[in-house]
Amino acid sequence: MNFTLHIWRQKSLDCAGDFVTYQVDNIDADTSFLEMLDYLNEQLITQGEDAIVFDYDCREGICGACSLVINGYPHGEKSATTTCQLYMREYKDQRELWVEPWRANSFPVIKDLTVDRSAFDSIIQSGGYISLHTGSAPEANNILIEKHASDEAFNAAACIGCGACVVVCPNASATLFVAAKVSHLALLPQGDIESKDRAKRMIGKMEDEGFGSCSNHRHCERVCPKGVSLQNITRMNKILG
Amino acid sequence: MLESFEPIGPLENKWKKHLFDLALVAPQNRDKHKVIVVGTGLAGASLCATLGEAGYKVSSFCFQDSPRRAHSIAAQGGINATKNYQNDGDSVWRLFYDTIKGGDFRARESSVYRLAELSNNIIDQAVAQGVPFAREYSGYLANRSFGGTQVSRTFYARGQTGQQLLLGAYSAMSRQVDAGKVTHHSRAEMLDLIMVGDKARGIVVRDLVSGKLSTHLADCVVLCTGGYSNAYYLSTNAKGCNTSAIWRAYKQGAYFANPSFTQIHPTCIPPTGENQSKLTLMSESLRNDGRIWAPKHIKDCEKNPKDIKEEDRDYFLERMYPAFANLVPRDVASRAVKHICDEGRGVGVKIHGKRLGIYLDFNKVINDIGLSKVEEKYGNLFEMYERITNEDPYAVPMKIYPAPHYSMGGLWVDYNLMTTLDGLFAGGEANFSDHGANRLGASALMQGLADGYFILPQTIANYLARNSFDEINEDHVEVKQALDSVKHRINQLMHAPQAQFSPEYFHQRLGKVLWEACGMSRERAQLEQAIVDISVLKEEFWQKIKVTGVDQDLNQTLERAGRVADFIELGILMCKDALNREESCGAHARVEHLSEAGGARRNDEDFSYAAAWEYLKEEFKLHKEHLNFEFIKPTVRNYK
Repeated sequence: MNFTLHIWRQKSLDCAGDFVTYQVDNIDADTSFLEMLDYLNEQLITQGEDAIVFDYDCREGICGACSLVINGYPHGEKSATTTCQLYMREYKDQRELWVEPWRANSFPVIKDLTVDRSAFDSIIQSGGYISLHTGSAPEANNILIEKHASDEAFNAAACIGCGACVVVCPNASATLFVAAKVSHLALLPQGDIESKDRAKRMIGKMEDEGFGSCSNHRHCERVCPKGVSLQNITRMNKILG
Repeated sequence: MLESFEPIGPLENKWKKHLFDLALVAPQNRDKHKVIVVGTGLAGASLCATLGEAGYKVSSFCFQDSPRRAHSIAAQGGINATKNYQNDGDSVWRLFYDTIKGGDFRARESSVYRLAELSNNIIDQAVAQGVPFAREYSGYLANRSFGGTQVSRTFYARGQTGQQLLLGAYSAMSRQVDAGKVTHHSRAEMLDLIMVGDKARGIVVRDLVSGKLSTHLADCVVLCTGGYSNAYYLSTNAKGCNTSAIWRAYKQGAYFANPSFTQIHPTCIPPTGENQSKLTLMSESLRNDGRIWAPKHIKDCEKNPKDIKEEDRDYFLERMYPAFANLVPRDVASRAVKHICDEGRGVGVKIHGKRLGIYLDFNKVINDIGLSKVEEKYGNLFEMYERITNEDPYAVPMKIYPAPHYSMGGLWVDYNLMTTLDGLFAGGEANFSDHGANRLGASALMQGLADGYFILPQTIANYLARNSFDEINEDHVEVKQALDSVKHRINQLMHAPQAQFSPEYFHQRLGKVLWEACGMSRERAQLEQAIVDISVLKEEFWQKIKVTGVDQDLNQTLERAGRVADFIELGILMCKDALNREESCGAHARVEHLSEAGGARRNDEDFSYAAAWEYLKEEFKLHKEHLNFEFIKPTVRNYK
């Protein structure tokens, strides 16, 4: 397969960026999107050019490092998939692909396709935990949890912190990310105790970090590679009262 | 002689007694001590959380953009603990026994017993943190049997146990960051260890965004930097996983133990082409219900599996190992799969003339318990398989093949998890402890968290209490020297005399040599040749490595080049170690020491030791920690 790639190149946050067009040929259909970029980078290195920078790590859809907006879609068009698990067989041969970094004020571009998502760490630090003294805990089966609640908590906890929800949101809101953590912990008896205070602190931090508020566009749920549900936002709003 | 500082006395009392003997640091003195933690996966993050909670000043570093992305996150299957909730006869002693036996009698008894002892408290911690483990309708925790054990002791969170445990440790660590106890640095890579006198006192770090180098000093340094399976190039590890932190420590004098003990996991998705950048593991839990088979006849290998009749299928693990069948340990399963494919009975895409795959079939279990039950158990794994391969495993059997997955070897540590360098500790996969020559399923998460939550916080306190630390700053001569040597090395990588090939080029070449010579089976002549080949590759690397861009910038090509340079050197040591070990044990199968039926022939008389290698200017010196089996008599591992 052959593709024409228009890739966003930007030296640093202070420099203007632009699309640069590259041609990649003879790509196997089972090559992943990131492997195609690897292949292109190998060519660039051979030509003596600076390789395109993009975030990746596990390449199995769980670490949340990879990003990329492809033809306008965070993680590409395929639903419930991270970019690292997107395969070129999803695209028609000879297609033009526009590849951009995550774009949100709270995710400043570092270089090329890489952005700074440390604002997500800050939000978790503001309260995304149970305030337990590490090292002391009761016998695990003393805390009984209804199976349905536990399963729901897991669904919320499946968030990989990639940031696609922010990028697709017209308000660049991180509400789904925050709500996923608030919900996960609120659904469990051992986490419910602090849930109101936790939600307030995390939403407050989200606003401090420059993310917008939720106005129910609901694009976030659609692009979430882990299918984190909007119900979590409803649940958080109830908690906040 | 290597001194492990194991306590004497009955096994059950060793850790308790040791805890009492360890010196403490009084609460009001703890913030006078600073500890550096490199790597923030399960071991590192749990250690940061615990040390921060206790009141120490902690500086942590990871190369990822957040601690939440460490590769611990990808562990699928579960975590063992001896709760015996299922009342099936489990106990601390049984987990200890299974781990020692699974490791083929190449691990230290006292350390393994401690691990089994601590396993229960890990589950308590995780549940209290909000880790959503699987539960029964009664609200109690659920368990499953996993990877070659005959009891159900594995706790799991669907197929994402590592993710949930890591996020638990990350949240506890984040709480300490918020409290000001832990100062964390993301996108920061350790490039060397700083020794002052005979003590480890700091690290040289490259800021991966700006490319700037800086030195960080503390009273001691802990490496929780994971394993080195990426030495093989293709592995199930994340692309960024590397050996550099522990290899730098090795070159500063820390001994490296059992480097050839690497685990090749049987159930991974087979490679499909030349551009492949990594292999993906399918959880071992699939072997609980999936049946492994290959066509009996080579002529059937190209057929659609549905068209191969039942009598023409060879359920070879069930045939060869009737007692354990599809649940034999990883090394046994991997070798059997390789053997079948080497015979020409593999299935799937042909790469270099061989089909590298066999079937993992769920047809029987779907018929037995119904589609919905199978979906509940394995739904996310099946989805993942389909996403990668474009094949529906509910309808067509999965194809699997072994891939490098875990390294049992690592920095040698004593009972306190301290390396041979004073003040340098190693936790999690980065150290060599506990798994011997082969790791059992669901025990990596357990070890990482036992090290981080329970062992290191106590032994580090002891070290801090018993030593005095001179004030040092960045102007100290040894600190400056360390920084200069890192600068020099980066300069060499940026400006090779005949720059021609990318880091990936060298990495792939290294991987090929290691996979052939030091993979699932090893043989003298091949290992000797591999050492020559890798030495040549090393020479060539420093002449021809090509790094584009500049060093004072985010430069992933430079990052990779430095890591590949270390993998190349490690590759030589892996082969040396495999060559030295004239026996087959656990995952280490020397062709010369296999029985006719393919079973491993261990040699306890000559090789009942951990091989700890010392770096001496291009030479490797072997030291032995003799393993005494006081409580369990080494037996022949037999899974027939």
